[in-house]
Amino acid sequence: MSHSQRRLPQDPQVRALVQAMGQRSFSRRSVLSTAGALGLTGLLAACGTGGSKDTKTEAVVTDLSESDQSVNWANWTLYLDYDDKKKTYPTLDAFTKKTGIKVNYAEDIDGNDSYYGKVQGQLKAGQDIGQDIVTLTDWMAGRLIRQGYAQELNLDNIPNAANLLPSLQNVDFDPGRKHSLTWQTGYAGIAWNKKAFPKGLKSLDDLWDPALKGRVTVLDEMRDTMGLLMLQNGVDVAGKWGESEFGAATDVLRKNIDNGQIRQVKGNSYKQDFISGDAIAGIVWSGDVVQMNFENDDQWEFILPEAGGTLWSDNLMVPVASPHKTNAEKLMDFYYDPAVAAEVAAYVNYICPVVGAKEEMEKIDPELVNNPLIFPTDQDLAKAHVFRSLEPDEESTLATQFQNAIGA
Amino acid sequence: MSVDLRSKDELRAEKRKNRTGIFLITPGLLVLALFFALPVVILLAMSLYSKPPGAEVGEFVPGLQFSNYATVLSAYWPELLRSFWFALISTVLALLIGFPMAYLVAVRLREKTLLQGILLVLLIAPFFSSFILRTQAWKQILADEGFVAQTLKFIAILPADGHLTATPFAVVAGLTYNFLPFMVLPIYANLGRLDTRLLEASGDLYASPITSFAKITLPMSAPGVFAGTLLTFIPAAGDYVNSALLGNNRDTTMIGQVIDSRFFKIIDYPGAAALSFVLMVSILILVTIYIRRFGTEELM
Repeated sequence: MSHSQRRLPQDPQVRALVQAMGQRSFSRRSVLSTAGALGLTGLLAACGTGGSKDTKTEAVVTDLSESDQSVNWANWTLYLDYDDKKKTYPTLDAFTKKTGIKVNYAEDIDGNDSYYGKVQGQLKAGQDIGQDIVTLTDWMAGRLIRQGYAQELNLDNIPNAANLLPSLQNVDFDPGRKHSLTWQTGYAGIAWNKKAFPKGLKSLDDLWDPALKGRVTVLDEMRDTMGLLMLQNGVDVAGKWGESEFGAATDVLRKNIDNGQIRQVKGNSYKQDFISGDAIAGIVWSGDVVQMNFENDDQWEFILPEAGGTLWSDNLMVPVASPHKTNAEKLMDFYYDPAVAAEVAAYVNYICPVVGAKEEMEKIDPELVNNPLIFPTDQDLAKAHVFRSLEPDEESTLATQFQNAIGA
Repeated sequence: MSVDLRSKDELRAEKRKNRTGIFLITPGLLVLALFFALPVVILLAMSLYSKPPGAEVGEFVPGLQFSNYATVLSAYWPELLRSFWFALISTVLALLIGFPMAYLVAVRLREKTLLQGILLVLLIAPFFSSFILRTQAWKQILADEGFVAQTLKFIAILPADGHLTATPFAVVAGLTYNFLPFMVLPIYANLGRLDTRLLEASGDLYASPITSFAKITLPMSAPGVFAGTLLTFIPAAGDYVNSALLGNNRDTTMIGQVIDSRFFKIIDYPGAAALSFVLMVSILILVTIYIRRFGTEELM
């Protein structure tokens, strides 16, 4: 690489402009027309419009990792070990200390759909979205990979990737794990307030107990709520099923919304309803219950229903046009070190996807070693199912049915 | 026959003045064109896009698919009507609550400047905290285990298994509360200019306080009331924060929530665009009728 070569901006539009200006035939008019055309494409792309599959942008991006020692990471809230007193993320500091790479960590993601809606236009146009790592759930990760919005990882930079749990090494949305690595894994199951409802829950149908009328919340994440409802109906959510099985489960959901049994269908904010007492029982995510119990003296109990619960993972990916891919890979490698993974797991309380973290956990907090929500038992894993991947057409139809059932 | 008697110099000056006017108005027009007119055109275009068979999620091609409108209207007319209904109730409530507040501060306390200042600050104070946060606060206030719900249950107004959050009541209460300042401030500004000598005069002429209010105060404050109702109704009709946080999934869904779910959850951009356009046009029609019927000259 010659040093005299001027570095071009990463944004393809700006780069095209700079290149146009560098040409000999440079004139004000040509620049303006380029700018105009680019502006228009940019606008249309931002609307998420048109373009068939063959127009997919194959972004050729120079990796600036060497010269720019930084990496930007978009993650969900409360999803990384945090030191309340120092207001820092201890493992991130350790990473910066070890590698000299500065991490801009942002709790930017509060829903797969809403995040996709935000960045989809830029990804389609092959632009840098300002993040070098995004953390998205299986099905959304699958969509990004299918659409060519995730870069292929260079595993030479991530030797620790070998520590990935064997059961997660081959997934249908990313065959061979070429574009993604698991961040955390968790269950969707059912939970209840032990004091307000001492009877407890065993199956999903117990949520429809008249004593719980108006005090039940379910998740607005379609695959979790529908997955649990379908499992209760005896459907294997990982296997073959169609619209009729899905429809039967939406009927149950709609019925219990209409008769007031289910108070609200919610995303992350359901936790507040549990804490305020508005909700006594519901469909929830496993790690949330551990965190809520930790902060509110152990009021709730989480189980996988008899008929089974869903198992999901959030995955680290490098979006197209990210200018710090190597740095991103180094960060992934760092978090796949079992000692670091154990430190994160001790805080976030979701299932740790890293082999060897259990042994490391002995040193941090021996009590957590036997916590089945972090290091699951074989019986639990047998009861947890992964919602199968959906075809694009199917995805729209089912999402519409689900949204209609929940009144939006 | 009319002859222009102005000299050439005068005409030239006139022309220059016009040019200055156009020059001054250009930046404003450009901003409007770029950030309002263009987005509306894109929105309209988007609402007619169609989805090719077998397309990826979020992939649409330009087209003239007018059936998008029929599809979303037939599916979501109840939510649209409910939005206007909720907005109407909360506008009326905000007027009933807000007018006396504005009257007290602007007219009754006119002599007591300190108290007037304090109350005015209190009126604006809610603006200093976030909209979402204030709505969340309502959730806490109306919570099942909270004081309000418990009291209402105790005096048997609310059935023992009833609740206040996740009901239409909570949504309308939230809307009313959140948009109340938009009602109070224009009325306050208007009543602040009310000439109280007129009220004295009408009293001297044996008008009862009610007659004075109906014949003087109310007509004089009409432009403020008019502005206040518009400023409350329009954002309330499109609001989705209150219905999302305080509502349920059955009988409180407003159109803003539907647009949000079509856009972000179902990834149906044309449907969301069509609904947004319908919302915009129906608000425009309602407001036009309202202006025609009750409008005052100050606003026309």
